[in-house]
Amino acid sequence: MKAKNQRLTLLVLAVASVLGAVLLAMSALKDQAAYFYAPGDVAREAPPAGRAVRIGGMVKPGSIERSPDGVTIHFIVTDETPHVIPVRFKGIVPDLFKESSGVVAEGRFDAAGLFVADNILAKHDENYMPPQLDRKKGEHKSESLR
Amino acid sequence: MIAELGLAALWLAAALSLLQLGLGVATLCLPASEARGEGDHPKGGGGVIDEASPATPPPRYAGSPSPSAMGRQNSYAAAIRPIAVVQALLVGLAFLALIQLFLRTDLSVKLVAASSHSLKPWIYKFAGTWGNHEGSMLLWVTVLAFAGAAVALLERRLPERTLTATLAAQAAIGLGFYAFLLFSSNPFERLFPVPAEGNGLNPLLQDPGLAFHPPTLYFGYVGISVAFSFAVGALVTRDVGPAFARAMRPWVLAAWIFLTLGITAGSYWAYYELGWGGWWFWDPVENASLMPWLAATALLHSVTVLATRDGLRAWTVMLAVVAFSMSMVGTFLVRSGILTSVHSFAVDPKRGAFILVLLALYIGGALTLFGLRVGTVKEGSTFEPVSREGALVLNNLLLSAVLGIVLVGTLYPLAAEAATGEKLSVGPPYFNSAAGPIALLLVAAMAAGPLLRWRRDRLREVAGRIALPILVTALALLALVLLVPGLGILPLLGLMLALGVGAASLAPLWKRKLLRTPLFTWGMVVAHLGIAVALAGMASEAAFTRETLVAARVGETVRVGPYSLRFESVEPLAGPNWTAVEAKLVVRRGSGDPFVLLPQARMFSTPPTETSEAAIATRLDGQLYTVIGKPDGAGRWQLRLWWKPFVTLIWLGGALVALGGLLALVGRVRRERRSPRQEAWA
Repeated sequence: MKAKNQRLTLLVLAVASVLGAVLLAMSALKDQAAYFYAPGDVAREAPPAGRAVRIGGMVKPGSIERSPDGVTIHFIVTDETPHVIPVRFKGIVPDLFKESSGVVAEGRFDAAGLFVADNILAKHDENYMPPQLDRKKGEHKSESLR
Repeated sequence: MIAELGLAALWLAAALSLLQLGLGVATLCLPASEARGEGDHPKGGGGVIDEASPATPPPRYAGSPSPSAMGRQNSYAAAIRPIAVVQALLVGLAFLALIQLFLRTDLSVKLVAASSHSLKPWIYKFAGTWGNHEGSMLLWVTVLAFAGAAVALLERRLPERTLTATLAAQAAIGLGFYAFLLFSSNPFERLFPVPAEGNGLNPLLQDPGLAFHPPTLYFGYVGISVAFSFAVGALVTRDVGPAFARAMRPWVLAAWIFLTLGITAGSYWAYYELGWGGWWFWDPVENASLMPWLAATALLHSVTVLATRDGLRAWTVMLAVVAFSMSMVGTFLVRSGILTSVHSFAVDPKRGAFILVLLALYIGGALTLFGLRVGTVKEGSTFEPVSREGALVLNNLLLSAVLGIVLVGTLYPLAAEAATGEKLSVGPPYFNSAAGPIALLLVAAMAAGPLLRWRRDRLREVAGRIALPILVTALALLALVLLVPGLGILPLLGLMLALGVGAASLAPLWKRKLLRTPLFTWGMVVAHLGIAVALAGMASEAAFTRETLVAARVGETVRVGPYSLRFESVEPLAGPNWTAVEAKLVVRRGSGDPFVLLPQARMFSTPPTETSEAAIATRLDGQLYTVIGKPDGAGRWQLRLWWKPFVTLIWLGGALVALGGLLALVGRVRRERRSPRQEAWA
């Protein structure tokens, strides 16, 4: 093969592989990127059941319930809208997970609208507010939740 | 006083860096007007062997410019090496000053007050120097300056002009960091009034790992930037050839070894410190270290083609540009905090903007230079598709594809939020499904590559050489399908390939006299074997992990995998700056001797944080990983237990890969010492 041709072939291969990777990545992102939902968002447009998403909001006071197995909890997430998300989580919750404070959970909705969390994100301190939630609040322009 | 001394040293170092850049540019400009016709001369022939002579510089640099310009050029060039060394000493002094401030917990310094605490054990005061934004940037620039000094002192093979251009490029990179430190992240800033106590260090970072992990990664990032400086030097002086490749290779290898170690150690650190039982989370910060590693791996392989066969010239330079860009993205995006939370930009918009501008300057500048000069890079020697070069090109293409996928996944959330305001996160499902199959393909290609001949090979002969590993792979597949039904597709392919590739990676030693085999060939074999070992660990962890999550009373017995654990007691405990509850678990495997595991849940007061100190028992065939959670309010405690067969192979594999890199580095350096004119064909 001539040097010029080889260089051209290599260039085409390189461009093709990077383009291919980006296309593959974009199509995978369409299925796999987890979007962030607050209760109000879910009420407006619920994500399809079984799809990986994140939810966030405030843990409703008095809503944390422990199951008899000692490792599963149920609680309710609220925001400034009247809507709520019921959540089930099996595992060890972070220390700063408590009633009336912010929470972000990863997982998926089941067919009945219950959010099954795989993971509850740890917070750095009591005053920490997940950035997504913070911004969302700005958007909603809510009367405050307390 | 110490703070002011450090700041002064930092300013002086920055000034010297500017001088180094100016002198370099002046040296390169001076003869350019007088010797332009000279510089455009094509190098004689293919230029494979003859340029490597270290003693005499090639005639075109010595003879042409007029005597006065020559004299100036020489004195500039002579000055640039000592300047690089002194710059390193000064910035080293600044770094020592900061360490001293942290060791004394001098709370009048803002940074110390913000991220240290007088009651911390001294090792964390020491390591805490770089456990924060400003300190870690200072560490970065210190390592960079020392690398520049090492180039100035040690590099004797390159023509003086190329070396001058290289050191000028180093200075240009360094200047950005100096500016960033001095104008927006001054580590020596004073605080008034002086607070009574510091804020403390994030408890997750209070671990011996902090002392080693960030510096290791920084050595890797910096090593890549040195390799990039060599590429700039070669581009500027139109000298892209085997000599440049051989000068650059030790730096690429060293950077790659450090990155490998850093990633491996970081993975293990996250594994035992976070208490989630996972070893890789596809966290943006992890990706930021993985991306330079992927690019450096590609560069490492293509630079060998350039050094050995004088092929892939422009390709290799492009990879150096990509690798450098990735290490800049890694450094800056992590340090800016933009990846972990978009929020931190809002906290300090000046710093965020500074970082973006620097990033654009570095990457844009590198790409522009490449675009302007790539036309002057001559075509290298050619090769057939079925050849060692062809396999290495395939390696590069697949690595680039994986890199592209990781990059898109890491940056997409940022781009989406900037463009549409949509908030989203990209996690393991994306990376596993998009990058996993390509990575497996890459590993499969790795099995065949080393068995191919340079330049040209015949498929039929290759098939003969690879028959045994293929047989091993087929047998592995058969055994896995029969013995372990219901295995997921990725773990199944992973285990099968790990066995086949393990066999194939040893094949280059087949029928060779082992003691006469060059050290760098051993390096390749060990590194490839390490990949197979790590893959086996990953697949085994994914396929065979057993998990138990229960709430247990004291006295109860819990089972996980082959183990039974009796929950003996739970006790409160106090450490120097934390309190904890500690569970005592008496563990038995079958009828073996019992042993004790003591997982803790620790509470730190400054800042208020809790960490989970997992108790891990390491056995030859895996690890038992135990975590204590919360009391359930009815006298029970949550226990989370994992049995992870062969999980240790992941980090053993990583260590083997790094060891392979080290063997290759030592082998190459020794070989070049002995016969600098020849390049061995690995």
